[in-house]
Amino acid sequence: MKLDVSASDAFVEFAGIQKTYDGETLVVKNLNLRIRRGEFLTLLGPSGSGKTTTLMMLAGFETPTAGNIVLDGAEIASVPPEKRDIGMVFQNYALFPHMTVAENVGFPLRVRSRSKTEIAERVGKALDMVQMRNFAKRMPGQLSGGQQQRVALARALVFEPKLVLMDEPLGALDKQLREQMQIEIRHLHESLGITVVYVTHDQSEALTMSDRVAVFENGIIQQCASPSELYEQPANSFVAQFIGENNRLPGTILSGDGTRCRVALADGTEVQATLTDSAPVGGPCLLSIRPERVKILPAEGSLPNRFEAEVRELIYLGDHLRVRFALAGLDFIVKVHNAEDRPSLDIGTRIPLGWRTEDCRALD
Amino acid sequence: MTATNLLATSDGVPLKLLLRRAERMNRLKSLALVAPLLIFVMIVFIAPIASMLAIAVQNPEVAATLPKTLVALKDWDGKSTPGEPVFAAFADDLAQAQKDRTIGFVGKRINYEVPGARSRFLKAGRMIDAGGVPPWKDKFLSADKDWGDVEFWTILKRAGSTVTPYYLLTSVDLRQDASGAIVHTQPDQSIFIDVFSRTIWISLLVTALTLVLGYPVAHLLAILPNKYANLLMILVLLPFTTSILVRTTAWIVLLQTNGVINDLLMLLHLESSRMQLIFNRVGTVLAMTHIQLPFTVLPIFSVMKSISPNLLRAARSLGAGPLRAFVTVYMPQTLPGVGAGCLLTFILCLGYYITPALVGGPQDQMVSYFVALYTNRDLNWGQAAALGSLLLFITLALYAIFNRFVGIDKVKFG
Ligand SMILES: Nc1ncnc2c1ncn2[C@@H]1O[C@H](COP(=O)(O)OP(=O)(O)OP(=O)(O)O)[C@@H](O)[C@H]1O
Ligand SMILES: [Mg+2]
Repeated sequence: MKLDVSASDAFVEFAGIQKTYDGETLVVKNLNLRIRRGEFLTLLGPSGSGKTTTLMMLAGFETPTAGNIVLDGAEIASVPPEKRDIGMVFQNYALFPHMTVAENVGFPLRVRSRSKTEIAERVGKALDMVQMRNFAKRMPGQLSGGQQQRVALARALVFEPKLVLMDEPLGALDKQLREQMQIEIRHLHESLGITVVYVTHDQSEALTMSDRVAVFENGIIQQCASPSELYEQPANSFVAQFIGENNRLPGTILSGDGTRCRVALADGTEVQATLTDSAPVGGPCLLSIRPERVKILPAEGSLPNRFEAEVRELIYLGDHLRVRFALAGLDFIVKVHNAEDRPSLDIGTRIPLGWRTEDCRALD
Repeated sequence: MTATNLLATSDGVPLKLLLRRAERMNRLKSLALVAPLLIFVMIVFIAPIASMLAIAVQNPEVAATLPKTLVALKDWDGKSTPGEPVFAAFADDLAQAQKDRTIGFVGKRINYEVPGARSRFLKAGRMIDAGGVPPWKDKFLSADKDWGDVEFWTILKRAGSTVTPYYLLTSVDLRQDASGAIVHTQPDQSIFIDVFSRTIWISLLVTALTLVLGYPVAHLLAILPNKYANLLMILVLLPFTTSILVRTTAWIVLLQTNGVINDLLMLLHLESSRMQLIFNRVGTVLAMTHIQLPFTVLPIFSVMKSISPNLLRAARSLGAGPLRAFVTVYMPQTLPGVGAGCLLTFILCLGYYITPALVGGPQDQMVSYFVALYTNRDLNWGQAAALGSLLLFITLALYAIFNRFVGIDKVKFG
């Protein structure tokens, strides 16, 4: 794949990492991942998929059961957390409740025995960076969630670590604040040039912030790619389902020629689709089609796939409509742009739908 | 009219009035809910304490038994032996007291301040019973020339007051001399300052020991996985399942000169002679520490349990070594629990009685022992109540100091 990172490029490398807590189930199964210097990489996955565990192994709070982690060219298995020089932002901020904001941010500098003046100066700068200087004397308990979040961020950045880990840092914030903080974190990443490993289970957060996203499930990376590649070319049906919305049509691959294939649906309908590595020719597959890539009333012959479907339900969402069709006996969602010339869609009528081969992927 | 007065419901009732009415209902309801407990506490806690405080200063014996004598003593100059009228009134009172069988009580009360007075009172009673006639002064003086002692009459007159500072003064090794000035009691009778300081010292020592021993246990309890933590918790709570008496006697079995520990030490040839481990300070502190450990551990544990492990991790990731992270981040947050546990143990220790009585020596008895002694053996309730009141004041004072410097609001019991 074009986004693969070579071993020499890697700043962080997980090589054959496995982790079990109880000796029975592997929470992380054979993790291989390389992270570039200066990259913003997100671990995305459902709850319990092993994201935090991966982060904790990198930070040094859990030891891998098998495999190596290399940081900046050196194996770190025997390096204790405080020597790894990794800034970490925890899910619930983990601010020290008995210290003021300034003391919290100054903590990493104090343990490094910096001079008072240097500490004061750098704490001030770090608080400026997150626009929290006016709150320096407050205790963490007197701050709102978003403010605590910023302090945690300043504290993780103030000692200029080479790597910053963030475990669902925005999980507790409301939508508006979360979006604002996403942009701020992204800006900080760009201006400071640090490497960030970010954990979230919110897919839109992952897509908006990351250079690359590693999709986790059951302790395995299902796909690690740029946001657009994840969305446009999901490697398997889990990724297609997890990132964005898709229509799933089960079928059998009749024949394929390397990039394209013909798929027969249960009722015999034949569909032209893009062949992927996850489904073999001759075997069963799931066709994945994004709702916004389906055209209604396509001109005859303009698209390789063209089928009639019955309108079942209309949901009006302002700028677009979600239309539920019945296609080959299955539910099929289509997003219709609410343009002035959109066709009228009456429930019960049969309307032709169509999509390109590129927009229809045969997955496992 | 102010703006607030204008706020009214549609039928013209001011909102404030409605609010107050609603709140009064709520207050009454909550009062009714706590009433049973409140009454219970009043009866078994507040009332006994109030009566203890009263008994500590009450002084009814002389006033009730020798009323005529006290009247006669009103005009006494206090410089020489009182005259015949006083002795006559005294004889009258004693005759009545002899009939009422109260002569022993008043004798005992004077005896606290004038050694030997009780037997003199009893003898005088018998003398009057034998059918003496006036003039009384010479009869008394010839029976015992101590009846002519001016100091005796001064003390008797003073003891006629219905309230007395006597017991409280005695509790701090002070007394009133003949002139009424407050002076130290004779060195051979000064024991209470020593007893109080010993009580506080033993309590401090036990509190410190439970903290040193209990803090790591609480930490272990807080970080262990649940299945082990529960087991350990049972061990910590095990002492609660047996009575204090049983536990204390178990210590006797262990610690006595021919006990298990000494046998073991001899067997291992660690000691050439058997050690005295019991009926001294060692035994007392050991047994008390054992009993008090859970009281110190539990509040600390419950506070530790609420500290997120992520805080320690955060400190580590920010560059602090394990020890530094523990001391600068973890320990400050356990202080509310430490304060609560130590306060609890310290205050409970101040009142220890059974344990020092059973495993301590004469030099290890604490205030409560003397309270019990005066209550049960000497039937001197005034002194017992005074010691109890003083202990209460000391406890409150220490609590106030604690509150001033640490702040009780910063303490978490669970
Ligand atoms: N300390 C632990 N002991 C035993 N099992 C654990 C421990 N920590 C995590 N697990 C298990 O490991 C699995 C992965 O947990 P992990 O915390 O890595 O998930 P996650 O992807 O971060 O999920 P979430 O999005 O909910 O935070 C879960 O099944 C969890 O129960
Ligand atoms: Mg997690």
